[in-house]
Amino acid sequence: MSGLVLPVAVLAALACVPLLSPPDYFMHLLVTGLLTALAGTGWALMGRYRLVSFGHGAFLGIGAYVMGLLWNYYGISPWLGVPIGVAAAVGAGLLLGYPCFQLRVVGHYFALVTLAAGEIVRILIVALRDVTGGSLGMTPHQAPPGGAFAAMQFDKAGFWWVALAAWALGLLAWRVLDRSMTSKALAAIAEDEDAAASIGIRVTREKLKLTMLSVALAALAGALTGQYRMYLNPESLAGLGISLQIVFVAIAGGMYSPIGPTIGALITIGLEESLRVAFGTQFTGAAAFVYGILLVLFMIFLPRGIAGLLERRAAARPGRRLAGAEGTVPAVQPPG
Amino acid sequence: MDPFLLEAVLNGVLLGGVFALPVLGLNLVFGVVDVIWLCYAELVMVGMYIVWFLHTQAGWPLALAFATCLPAIAVLGLLLHLLVVRPLLAAPPINQVLATGGVLFVLQGAATLVFSTDFRSLGVEMPPIELGEVFVSGTKLAAFVAALLGAAVLWAFLKFTYVGTAIRAIARDREVMPLMGVDPHRIYLIASAAGGALAGLAACLLVVQLDVHPFVGLSFGPITFMICVMGGLGNMLGGFLAAFLMGLIVSVGGFYGDTDMSYVVAFLFFILVMFIRPQGLFTR
Repeated sequence: MSGLVLPVAVLAALACVPLLSPPDYFMHLLVTGLLTALAGTGWALMGRYRLVSFGHGAFLGIGAYVMGLLWNYYGISPWLGVPIGVAAAVGAGLLLGYPCFQLRVVGHYFALVTLAAGEIVRILIVALRDVTGGSLGMTPHQAPPGGAFAAMQFDKAGFWWVALAAWALGLLAWRVLDRSMTSKALAAIAEDEDAAASIGIRVTREKLKLTMLSVALAALAGALTGQYRMYLNPESLAGLGISLQIVFVAIAGGMYSPIGPTIGALITIGLEESLRVAFGTQFTGAAAFVYGILLVLFMIFLPRGIAGLLERRAAARPGRRLAGAEGTVPAVQPPG
Repeated sequence: MDPFLLEAVLNGVLLGGVFALPVLGLNLVFGVVDVIWLCYAELVMVGMYIVWFLHTQAGWPLALAFATCLPAIAVLGLLLHLLVVRPLLAAPPINQVLATGGVLFVLQGAATLVFSTDFRSLGVEMPPIELGEVFVSGTKLAAFVAALLGAAVLWAFLKFTYVGTAIRAIARDREVMPLMGVDPHRIYLIASAAGGALAGLAACLLVVQLDVHPFVGLSFGPITFMICVMGGLGNMLGGFLAAFLMGLIVSVGGFYGDTDMSYVVAFLFFILVMFIRPQGLFTR
């Protein structure tokens, strides 16, 4: 029971943030940060078991566009549209994942197949421009007066609570997975697929479970991001660019720790915004430039991310156990 | 045969020639160093900017700009290897790919900072050539011929020179070759420079056909990776053939539907190939 106190207290404290009436800009950064963290958390679930996807943008896009199209064309509220979008993305994930895992597409090949899938979704959105608005993007219709709540159109504070709940759901999914047999099976699969199969682990099934979970979180993040911004765009919700950004969030923060992607998201958003404030909008390339350098440096010097660094510090201190370490299986350790 | 279909087929072959160069470069680097350069298309993008800048801004003749682009991108390939890939040679492959993904952001960001997101055109166009009842763009034909020449030079280099033999040997077995007295790091450097030079050549051929902008790499990068994998990663001949196959799919698909959908078809085809022959279409 004592394990519950800290998370609940942190969540309660975070839920009170809007009551301090912080400036709108600050709230905007926090909401964006949480949703980015959620997408990163979804990616890291797969990434830490060496299933590196370069196509998670596709699932953000499917989640967001299914929700947006249902609202704009059929008037189906995002409260329903978001779960439907997530379900559609999970379906797409299964469609891609099943043959991949069954036919043992792994490593580089898996990364490139997912990259192709991500591009397919982006190009489909662009090509179906009569319906989706193509590369110009799509704006969900404003809710009729009085119907804002039913249409999930909130002010920043309202969305903060939605995003917070979604983010907490992501961390909960991580924890549930960590304590399940599936995580142990996946750790074995990541080490050696043949050996895992030979001791009776159903490789395809375990990988599919993981994929469904990971895709669902990414799609949830995509749908909520689209709804929060009230603007959907194929470049920012599908394709290689956004997929790599999700990867960056997870890697920089650390994909072996549940809180890692959140740290990564805060760094990413903080970096982007401070560069924007410092240089103005004409230096839009600066953020990507600094990201890229950081990604390279992280890979070379800190492959476990910032959370990995913090954990190492905590572990080095004698007499203190790692927070949340009991019952968790260390995911795949990178050598060195 | 419908002349328009014939034209689409012809254009597909020409497009395949343009895809072929970056595919060969990627395969060379992957076969030898065993690392995927996720930023390969961005190396091409930098080369395109070099040609554009030297020709339109500095007023250099086009041939001189081309001649500068090749070694410049070769040096960039060397730097990429020394600064990013070499420290990660012992790391898991995924970390290597992600690091080169970081370089992708660096190059895109740098291009945006220096040149802004405007589309830049070289403004060079050769007159179309009439073949029977079909018109073929002169620039595309010239680019195609140059791509074939580049591929032939690469083949001759790998086949007939001492270094080329060492490169092929190390691609075959990287454990044994060091025992035979070949310094793998030297071979890695040469392969990286050659991979860069091929990107530079591809840049020269693309800059006459496409406008340059910082994200132009994303328009042909993903498809080049897919072609590599389809031909079998590291398999030069397979990649070369797959490039023409993809070029045909894109071009003929564009004839029947619109261009965007033809890319969707091409990518779906790739995923199907992955499921049916994950080892590559042309691997024995």
